Amino acid sequence: MTATEAPPVEKTAVPAKRVPWGRYAGMAAVAVALIAYPLMFKTSFLQTIGVYALTMAIASTGWNILGGYAGQISFGHAVFFGTGMYGTTLLVTDGWSPWLTMVPIALLAALLGVLIGLPTFRLRGHYFSIATLAIGMMVMSILPNIKALGATDGLTVPLLDEGFWNLTFSLRDKTEYYYTALGLFAVATLVAWAFLRGRIGSYLEAIRDDEFAAAAIGVPVRRYKLYAVAMSAGLTSIAGSYFVMVVLFVDPSSSTDLSLSTAIALMAVVGGAGSMWGPLLGAWLVIALQEYTRTYLSTTGRTLDLMMFGALIILVAVVDPRGMTHLLSRAYRRFVRRS
Amino acid sequence: MSLLSVSGLTKRFGGLAAVDSVSFEVEEGTVTGLIGPNGAGKSTLFSMIAGAQRPTAGRLSFDGKEVTGWQPHQAAAAGVGRTFQLMRVFGSMTVLENLTTAAHLRHRSKAAARAVAADVCASTGLGEFAHRPAATLTGATKKRLELARALATSPRLLLLDEVLSGLTPTETAAAISLIEQVHAQGITIVLVEHVMQVVMSLCPRLVVLDFGKLIFDGTPTDAVADQAVLDAYLGA
Repeated sequence: MTATEAPPVEKTAVPAKRVPWGRYAGMAAVAVALIAYPLMFKTSFLQTIGVYALTMAIASTGWNILGGYAGQISFGHAVFFGTGMYGTTLLVTDGWSPWLTMVPIALLAALLGVLIGLPTFRLRGHYFSIATLAIGMMVMSILPNIKALGATDGLTVPLLDEGFWNLTFSLRDKTEYYYTALGLFAVATLVAWAFLRGRIGSYLEAIRDDEFAAAAIGVPVRRYKLYAVAMSAGLTSIAGSYFVMVVLFVDPSSSTDLSLSTAIALMAVVGGAGSMWGPLLGAWLVIALQEYTRTYLSTTGRTLDLMMFGALIILVAVVDPRGMTHLLSRAYRRFVRRS
Repeated sequence: MSLLSVSGLTKRFGGLAAVDSVSFEVEEGTVTGLIGPNGAGKSTLFSMIAGAQRPTAGRLSFDGKEVTGWQPHQAAAAGVGRTFQLMRVFGSMTVLENLTTAAHLRHRSKAAARAVAADVCASTGLGEFAHRPAATLTGATKKRLELARALATSPRLLLLDEVLSGLTPTETAAAISLIEQVHAQGITIVLVEHVMQVVMSLCPRLVVLDFGKLIFDGTPTDAVADQAVLDAYLGA
């Protein structure tokens, strides 16, 4: 090679990353708050909010893997949630323990996700989102006609004897339902974390940031999107399985409604899409809003909470599109710098 | 046996042949400059070699294997690294995360990928930016990151698409020494470039395209004396 007069490249050392003590402290505080919640709030109303919030946080954690990390926005996650609700109901009616239904039904939901992803992930851009919207609506209109699933009347979960194995507890006090949900949420978060912490997580984020560049560094883009949708659908279905054991009833509008799909997505987005703790934060906020408006404003509340969802989306978009977790960590950093 | 062999490679968009039956070989360990006026088909040719576009006709082989019409991730796995003319860094990731993601191609474990990434980060002079989100970097640093990211996949052939355009003279000098350093590691390089002085000094061999056709293949000294090349650049 012809010599060019240029200085050699200077080797520059990579500085070590600081230990995120703030984040660890935040995680510990959240854990303590979650454990203390039902001990501090004894009313059935507040405990029910807790149970719903934790359950929806699991569903939203599932959504977050696909939407937040891989950047494939789904408007049809209620279909996977509904798969969990209906599947568990049917199997429990057949005499299964609710716990044993969760994983097989989740695998079914994962398969369903892959089937939706196979044709739509060929296309770049928003086609996947549009397809999920369409599939959600299709399921909504087909379900009321399926007799085996109770058509418009829905299905009722048979009442089992109280006990952990039957996932049936006293209805007067929701503490047991709450702690079971908390345990399930912890496991779901751990599963999501283990799934995302290494190569898969990096690859999904690369796909979200730039598909062309991801492919150029060797990421088989379609295959990784399918991994994401499978894990995402599976986790969301597990939330559905648990939810039906709490409400003991499933019908088309309670399981696969478009507003449920929107809510699952909204929780992750408001909390912080692509952040591990976003769905938890978002779920508590959205569920609390929903339950308070529904309870105190009765029937008007039902449309009012949808209006508030809209307001929330606008608020997040204006204040910080990366959601509440990002807003909190920004505030924390400013606080640390000042003191 | 040559590392890359392109024979009769053609890409038609409707009636227009963006690349028209181009053939050339690239030997392992060499630096080849691919030049030509705007719209000559350089980037399309690059895209086909890297698998981002499927050739209409012709054959492509890499390391002795026929690979015509392969996918981008297959090209990367086989050892073809590339940069993009319009920078495509992973904006939400830090510099080190960008490199770690690329290093995952050859290293499954996070620790191993991270070690390779830190190494590439240091040797390409990006150390001070290691923990900066890539979206916040300047254009010149983003270009450097693109090159570093391609290196982190441990490529055998590196396709550089205008990595020097738009840089200040100081940045250009730094980028040139980086390319020379990469070449010294034994990595084969094919680069598309507009800055002629750079091409002349970096590449002992030039391939010139005009209107999709290969019009010259030889040394830079011969290129500037070649009538077809002069016509292409200055107009006949």
